[in-house]
Amino acid sequence: MNIDSHIDAAFEWQGYARQDGRKGIRNTLVVVYLVECAHHVSREIVAAFRDQEVHLIGFGGCYPNAYALRMLQQLCTHPNVGGALLVSLGCESMDRKTLAQTIRESGRPVQTLVIQREGGTRKTIEAGRAWIQSTLEALNDVPRVPMKVSDLVIGTICGGSDATSGLTANPGIGRAFDQFVQAGARTIFEETGELIGCESIMAERARTPELARELVASVEKAGAYYATLGHGSFAPGNAEGGLTTQEEKSMGAYAKSGASNISGLIKPGDIPPQKDGRGGLYLLDVVPDGPVRFGFPNINDVAEIGELIACGSHVILFATGLGSVVGSAISPVVKVCANPETYRRMSEDMDVNAGRILEGESTLDEVGQEIFARTLQTAAGAKTASESLGHQEFVLTYKSFAPLGPSCLPN
Amino acid sequence: MNHDSRLLLLSPRDNVFVARVGIRAGETLRLSEQAITTSVAIPLGFKVAARALTAGEKILKYGASIGSATCDIAAGETVHLHNMQSDYLPTYEREKERFVDEH
Repeated sequence: MNIDSHIDAAFEWQGYARQDGRKGIRNTLVVVYLVECAHHVSREIVAAFRDQEVHLIGFGGCYPNAYALRMLQQLCTHPNVGGALLVSLGCESMDRKTLAQTIRESGRPVQTLVIQREGGTRKTIEAGRAWIQSTLEALNDVPRVPMKVSDLVIGTICGGSDATSGLTANPGIGRAFDQFVQAGARTIFEETGELIGCESIMAERARTPELARELVASVEKAGAYYATLGHGSFAPGNAEGGLTTQEEKSMGAYAKSGASNISGLIKPGDIPPQKDGRGGLYLLDVVPDGPVRFGFPNINDVAEIGELIACGSHVILFATGLGSVVGSAISPVVKVCANPETYRRMSEDMDVNAGRILEGESTLDEVGQEIFARTLQTAAGAKTASESLGHQEFVLTYKSFAPLGPSCLPN
Repeated sequence: MNHDSRLLLLSPRDNVFVARVGIRAGETLRLSEQAITTSVAIPLGFKVAARALTAGEKILKYGASIGSATCDIAAGETVHLHNMQSDYLPTYEREKERFVDEH
């Protein structure tokens, strides 16, 4: 994909108009398994539409979980989603009626298939494929609408980090984030467990003193949570890549947030507010509230991407040093490769070669501009590397959250 | 004296350099005050002590503390799990298995 140097903050493209007023950059149908027992049937339905915009998401658990329901509600009504097929075994706890009602009220086509009612595996697969086929045709009629930078929500994550991540890709994304905020977009950075050690410098960027206290408290919560688990957000590969401590990884990860003021703190499924067309930078608190109950806050990068998408992210900017290959269901993932050696080995999986900064071939500003332009090209319909390779990873696990405090979203 | 162009100093406050490229064992490195010959390979992105550091001293990178020295560290020595640790959480290591290329 060639980068058009004329792409700037005034760039416009055609998006998809949703009845709730939001605008999408993709027009995807999701097939949703409501318990692991419906996973195979759902996967077989999706398999018949391999090269079309039909993605598989779901929740494996049989026990009820308010967080998982809210995540699925937000994902199925995401602006990149045009409709949803819910696949239930029949006896699981997921509240399929509420989920279907939420989707219907958003103006999207929705169908629920209950395997026990349909008469088993084969009949459900056939019914599901027929519904997807007819709904795909209906989705061609979704009205198109002009979109601009200020319509976008952009999330960022780093995964497979090494010591180059914090030198090139993360600060490069930070530069792009500054441009997006300036142009009126809403941006989200996350993983409070990867901000351990940065809490005081981060708090200085909060828009209000009350928000600053909430930001520090969210990182302290993460510290206590990970201390109970006896394990930080630090994989063995991180140390092999030259990172020594959690706070060193944190400082590198923190660079993704750029230099803008921090507008607010959100939790998974909260969509950052947009007031008077202004952009903003939001911290996503991914660590559950209350005592440690269901294990690690996010079991892997894919779980974090799912949460960023549930907060409305149209595009995910993913910084990697060691070389992650993942993409995602629903929203495209732009891979920014920090390490020039990794880029040479895995260039087919990467969208931006930020590691060239280390070889003296580019400046941080140039890489930031390329990330900005590549994101807008993606929004306009160009496929990312992970989309072209068919990556549509998704995972959702158990969590519990308390509602946001009153200081988290200052006016 | 300027330091080696293969080493980055991310903040003027820092007491470690970061290797911008992989450096082989036996090569000479110019630090700010002296030149040293490294006895070990320094992979891309790894840290090198910019000066002699004493046990307990904070390791500064990006202008911020990333942990403390667990022993005295000579100028030019690599700074990693063997001579520093987190002030927050222990670092989990995999048993002697390496995916990354050895230099």
